[in-house]
Amino acid sequence: MTRQQSQQLAIWVITAVSAIVVIPILIVILYMLYNGISTISWEFISQPPRNGMTEGGIFPALLGTIFLTLGTAVAAIPLGVGAAIYLAEYAGDNRLTRAIRLAIVNLAGIPSIVYGLFGLGMFVLFLNYGTSILAGSLTLGLMTLPVIISTAEEAILSVPQEFRIVSLSLGATRWQTIRNQVLPHALPGIITGVILGLGRAAGETAPILFTVAAFYLPNLPKSIFDQSMALPYHLYVIATQVPGMPLGIQYGTALILLFIVLSLTLVATLIRSTMRRRREW
Amino acid sequence: MAAQTNLNSMPPQDEATTPTNWRELVIENLIRLAGISAVLIITMIFLFLLREGFPAFVEVPLSDLFSSRWYPIEDKFGLLPLLAGSLIVTVGAVVIAVPLGLTTAIYLGEIAPPWQREILKPFIEVLAGIPSIVLGFFGWVALAPLIQSMGAPSGLTAFTGSLILAYMALPTIISITEDALYAVPKEYRDGALAIGATQWQTIWRVVLPAARSGIVIAVMLGIGRAIGETMAVMLVTGNAANIPDLGFGALFQPVRTMTATIAAEMGEVAQGSLHYSVLFGIGIVLFIITFAINSLATYFVGGGKRRRGGQI
Repeated sequence: MTRQQSQQLAIWVITAVSAIVVIPILIVILYMLYNGISTISWEFISQPPRNGMTEGGIFPALLGTIFLTLGTAVAAIPLGVGAAIYLAEYAGDNRLTRAIRLAIVNLAGIPSIVYGLFGLGMFVLFLNYGTSILAGSLTLGLMTLPVIISTAEEAILSVPQEFRIVSLSLGATRWQTIRNQVLPHALPGIITGVILGLGRAAGETAPILFTVAAFYLPNLPKSIFDQSMALPYHLYVIATQVPGMPLGIQYGTALILLFIVLSLTLVATLIRSTMRRRREW
Repeated sequence: MAAQTNLNSMPPQDEATTPTNWRELVIENLIRLAGISAVLIITMIFLFLLREGFPAFVEVPLSDLFSSRWYPIEDKFGLLPLLAGSLIVTVGAVVIAVPLGLTTAIYLGEIAPPWQREILKPFIEVLAGIPSIVLGFFGWVALAPLIQSMGAPSGLTAFTGSLILAYMALPTIISITEDALYAVPKEYRDGALAIGATQWQTIWRVVLPAARSGIVIAVMLGIGRAIGETMAVMLVTGNAANIPDLGFGALFQPVRTMTATIAAEMGEVAQGSLHYSVLFGIGIVLFIITFAINSLATYFVGGGKRRRGGQI
């Protein structure tokens, strides 16, 4: 085999293998779409499950996931953005900074089920929040932190140093500089990170298994101290725990969950690419 | 990135004259606290796992933990079947995901024209975004029947889990490998091409060796991702807590992983019971394994070379 032939062959193989990675993703999405689309209706989205969950809709689970995602945002955004500001603007090259970075890498690597155990041990039992939206949101919030921190830090670092120097030289304090110059310019990047993180949190099942999720609730939650149904857990329940569950409802639920999570991911990606195009520096 | 110089390197300002001084002080300390919180949180996670799981290591004799029977109703807490389950599924996933991931990263980084990259990279991000329960559901309703129809006694096997897990680990492997390829200086490629190497020879003999430490990290983090996955493997691996016969056939038997065991059994145990502690004990084991993998990967990145925080 000549060099040219091996070159040809290699490129061909690499392209084919990349297709093996990409095509199944398409298949999964199209499969859910194809099988689930006929179930989707306004009634499916706006009605509670009926008749042992074999009829009706997914409204309580959908609402629970919206509550949980909002709760996650409240828990994770201040802490995550604060930590990102610290790392990008304040942290020196010292032991503490290295410890923080190591901690963030490891927070990102801890299995989601271990977050679930921690949430159970700390929020549900130790702080006595019980199985509740509060405990679930805090657990998901901690899990989302590393995504928010790393994207927000990158966004802050990408603001040109000149902006800071000019602001400081005009007499602004360091915090004024961060607040009025750095953060506004980093905002689109920070928002991207937040949405990506929230999208991931919305689709997680393992962290909410023992901290918030209810198999079936006749009433909607009234406060953050109540249990709630949630879409990912609902899918797990109807796929494996309910005998005689019509497949259509399962596909429909999976499709709605996929739609929510993917549209969040898509919005985040769009914000990022628009921002890159518009950037003035 | 031009903004890497730290403001700490600048001379301190005379802050005593600013009227907002105290407010500034409060805010800066809050920010510092937020920074340090990452360390506090991971410490707390470990302490709470210990608090709930420690009794398991005291009350269950070590010889029992390392036995091959997981049968909590009779207080048999042998962890070996679960360790074996996690190991088989993870190894299978890595064997599938590493060649696919590296090749795709090479395609994205070295071969694909820019317009394809613009489409493919968000696409890989979409894969990272698909919830594990949805992939698990897909494995359960579509993949498992397919595998069964190919002649396996059941579609719910370690292999089904490996296949799903491989795709869940792919985004991590691809993006980190791509970063590593990107970090290889352009001069290396130019030099190789200038002395007459083909593009493939350049990739194989120059670019990949130069990027190998990054590739090792990609593989390690892919392993970390796979070993901690819960919902997808819970749905598709059949959940049989037996030590499978070793050898190639092990892949086509039902297994049960550590993560799935916690998820499946925690809902049914009494809080404070031995079974409850043992499940937290498994959490400790998972924590230590992933902590070791991620810390080691960070150590490899090492030096003054800064990389993206949470994702390395």
